[in-house]
Amino acid sequence: MSKNSVHITVNGTAYKREIEPRLTLVDFLRDELDLTGTHVGCEHGVCGACSVIMDGRPVRSCLIYAVMADGHDFVTVEGLGSKDGSLSPIQDAFWENHAMQCGYCTPGMLIACHHLLEENPDPTEEEIREAIGGNLCRCTGYQQIVEAVKIAARKIQGVNL
Amino acid sequence: MKAASFDYIRAKSIDEVCLVLNQGDGEAQIIAGGQTLIPLMAMRMSRPQTLVDINDIEELRGIECAEKVATIKAGTRQADVLSSIEIRNYLPILSEALEHVGHTQTRNRGTIGGSLVAADPSSEICLIAQLLDATMIAKSTAGTRSIPAKQFFESAMVTSLKGGECLMEIEFPIWDQKHTGFGFHETSIRDSDYALAAASAQIVIGGGNKCERVHLAVGGATPSPLRLNEVETALVGTVLHDSVIDDAVSLIPRLLEPQSDVHASAEYRRRVTCVLAARAIRDARNRAQGKFS
Repeated sequence: MSKNSVHITVNGTAYKREIEPRLTLVDFLRDELDLTGTHVGCEHGVCGACSVIMDGRPVRSCLIYAVMADGHDFVTVEGLGSKDGSLSPIQDAFWENHAMQCGYCTPGMLIACHHLLEENPDPTEEEIREAIGGNLCRCTGYQQIVEAVKIAARKIQGVNL
Repeated sequence: MKAASFDYIRAKSIDEVCLVLNQGDGEAQIIAGGQTLIPLMAMRMSRPQTLVDINDIEELRGIECAEKVATIKAGTRQADVLSSIEIRNYLPILSEALEHVGHTQTRNRGTIGGSLVAADPSSEICLIAQLLDATMIAKSTAGTRSIPAKQFFESAMVTSLKGGECLMEIEFPIWDQKHTGFGFHETSIRDSDYALAAASAQIVIGGGNKCERVHLAVGGATPSPLRLNEVETALVGTVLHDSVIDDAVSLIPRLLEPQSDVHASAEYRRRVTCVLAARAIRDARNRAQGKFS
C-alpha cells in the first residue's frame, strides 16, 4: 500500500513523515515522534486516554488517522507544561492532590481538564464531571481528579486577579 | 486493534467525492469525523479499500435556518451544531439531543451526516431526523436525490443510501407555531454512552389547551428510530392530562421488538421506552404551555 506524506505541528514543533494511511494519530505521536506521553488505551474511542488538542479542541487521537491530521496543529500532554520543566496549573494540582493512582488515564484527563479550564475558568462540579465524562479511570479515582480541577481553577483565578 | 491497509484520498469537492465513489465500485468509502467508522475499521468490521476524506470540503459545512427549514450540511461537526445559537432557537430539540451524543472529544470530530449515515440504533441524531421527518439530500454522479427519513433508515447500521452517493445536507423542518414544545429522554449505562432506550416528542398546543400536533419517536430499543403514529393518534385532540399520556404510552410495548444484549434485556428496554416516552411527552407539553422549569 502507498505511503502518504504528513506535515503536522505538535507542541509548536513542525514534523514531516511518510506514513501508511492506516496509522492512527496516537501511534504516530508515540512511534514516529517518540512523544510517548499520550497513552494508547482502548484503540476504539471509549477510554479517552489518548486525548490530545487538535486546532484548539480536544479529540481522541485513536479516532483520527495520522494522514487526516496533515496540516493541523496539536498539543499533547508534553506541551502543557513550560519548556523549563515547570508544571502547568492543572498538572501541578494533579501532583499536589495525587489525582492519579496507576496514572494510565492521566494524560487524557489532563488534556480534558486543561481544555475545560481554558473554556471555563470557574467550572461547577457538574461541569467538571461532564468534561471528564469521556475519560475512564479504571482505578475509579475520579474524586481527587475533580478536586484537583477545583484547586487549579482557584489558582488560575488567583493569578489572574 | 489496527485497521487493514487502505488507500487515502483527500477530496476537495463533492463532485470529486462522487467520482471516486463511482470509480471505487463499492470498495471506496467516505470518511468524515471517523468517530464510528474508525472503530469499525479497527475491529475489522469494515475494510474499505479506499477512504475518501471529506474534511477539507467547505461546501459540506454550515448551518442555515430559513423560515420553515433548518439546513445542516452533512460535514458540520456535532460540536458546532450544539453551540449554534440559531439551532438552539429554531431546532431546540436537536440541541438537547446533541448533549447526549458522545463526549466533547467525539463531538469535536463527529459530524451530523456521519451519524445519520452510520445509522447506529442508539443514535440520537437519527432519532431526531426520524421524529421531525428530516430530508436527506444525497449526490452521486447520476444526480441529486432527496430521501425522507422514513425511507432513509432501513435497519441497524443500514440506510437506503446507495454506494456511489454522498450525503450533502439534511433539511430539518422547523415548527413555527407559537405554542410548540419538545422533550427528549434517554437512559444509558453512563452519561453520554450509547442509549439503551431513548424517546423524543414535539408537540403543539392549540385552542382549549388541546394537543394540536404531536410527533413521537423512540430509538435505542429498535434497530432504527421509530415514529409511533398510533400513540400520536391517541394524543392528538386531547388535553394531555398525565392519565391520557399514560394510557397512550401503554400502546408502546406491542409496537416494539427490542433485542436483548449484555447491557439490558428486551423486556427492560420495552418498559423503559414507555417511561421515557411519557417523560418526553410531558416535557413537550409543559414547554408548549410555557410551564417547563
